[in-house]
Amino acid sequence: MSDLSIKHLLGIRGMTRDDIETIFSTAAEFKEVLNRPIKKVPSLRDTTVANLFFENSTRTRLSFELAQKRLSADVVNFSAASSSVKKGETLVDTVNNILAMKVDMVVMRHPHPGAPHFLANKVNTTFVNAGDGTHEHPTQALLDSFSIREKLGNDLEGKKIAIVGDIRHSRVALSNILALKLQGATVRVCGPATLIPKHMASLGVEVSHDLDDTLAWADVANMLRIQLERQGDDDAIRFFPSIREYTMNFGLTTERLNRLDKELVILHPGPINRGVEISSEIADSDQAIILNQVENGVATRMAIMYLLANR
Amino acid sequence: MESQVLINEEQFALILDRLAHQLLEHHDFSDTDLVGLQPRGTRVAQRLSSRLSKLLGGKEVRCGALDVTFHRDDLRMRDKPIAPQENKMEFLVEGRKVILVDDVLFTGRTIRAGLDALLAYGRPTKVELAVLIDRRFKRELPIEPTYIGQQIDSISDQHVVVEWSEENDSDRVILFNAKPE
Repeated sequence: MSDLSIKHLLGIRGMTRDDIETIFSTAAEFKEVLNRPIKKVPSLRDTTVANLFFENSTRTRLSFELAQKRLSADVVNFSAASSSVKKGETLVDTVNNILAMKVDMVVMRHPHPGAPHFLANKVNTTFVNAGDGTHEHPTQALLDSFSIREKLGNDLEGKKIAIVGDIRHSRVALSNILALKLQGATVRVCGPATLIPKHMASLGVEVSHDLDDTLAWADVANMLRIQLERQGDDDAIRFFPSIREYTMNFGLTTERLNRLDKELVILHPGPINRGVEISSEIADSDQAIILNQVENGVATRMAIMYLLANR
Repeated sequence: MESQVLINEEQFALILDRLAHQLLEHHDFSDTDLVGLQPRGTRVAQRLSSRLSKLLGGKEVRCGALDVTFHRDDLRMRDKPIAPQENKMEFLVEGRKVILVDDVLFTGRTIRAGLDALLAYGRPTKVELAVLIDRRFKRELPIEPTYIGQQIDSISDQHVVVEWSEENDSDRVILFNAKPE
């Protein structure tokens, strides 16, 4: 028997280390399923899942949908662009209407931080947070940790992990910090001062504005995407002067990596801005485990939905 | 708690020897694989596989470990999810004969899940079932074993536990009158 202490996956906050271990040991078995000739198991064949995406997403949504199909769940998809949200319906009403059609689990992405937490209190179903604004993205953090552990051995205790880039706008950063700390890793965030929130150190992480120094320190570098769409309007004051300057100071370039005389494990949550936060060469190199992350994403999400079903 | 030893260590070894010989009567293991159901059937399958290898003069008998957790039909009826076990199937069974192996056959539901799980590795030409203990009269599905170690008549409240020398003092089978802690 295995059990999670949580009823919903709203964020890494609220989870225990045991929860993470349970999810990872289950995910390892699902990863084996995904490498079989027939990649499907009937575990959730009597479960219906609704994917509610109030914000655009390609890979997360695809990954969730594949995970659901591999588990034999019935899937309905919903995107805000084509919905009655545009006609002025409230969030609770939209979700309740979908649940009235007998849906057992909701996977939701929403542009507002806390939206799934709000709904989990109002609506009686199981929620999985697929990203809420700039707050949390727990499944991404879990698949990142799973991928790092696959590479570094199954223990993160004392491992040094750097998260580089746009920390301010990143839900991946917050979830990753919480998940890594829970597993005993040391975390350092690195980026321009404008892209790191003021009270970052209160999360128990180190803060640096020097990428070379951070890379020399780290075992793992998680290169976040520069969220060009969240840098304000064209005429607003920017968080950094130009893309070129950002790349010079905080881009993972081949020269920079060659200066280190060690192997670094490199992650990127995608989609990659090639030549901005990471050079094309490095993204395609053996040190980058970007495609492993994508593969592990399906296995991790299968484990989460398997463990949360019928809660 | 009230319990009785149904099969002691000597009987246990004799039963495994007999099962191995019975399997050899029907298979030369050129196109036959053993597949143990995780976690406890795997033990039986491994013991049988090493006995068969010895009897066949060192020839390797392939032995897989199949986990049926994700194929069970009672997943939704339980309060807690079941923890999956490792699945070690390093070969495909397409066009092969397969002997499914489990320790105790009771309702037959695990075997049904096993048949389902096996399909992910191809279509075997024939599937047979070997069990160490057959608790007859308790079947909920039309599933019967091909090779039986020992048949036991027991009531539903009783529990049959197979102990292995790897974890306990010796190989033996015990009948408990209530669910063991």
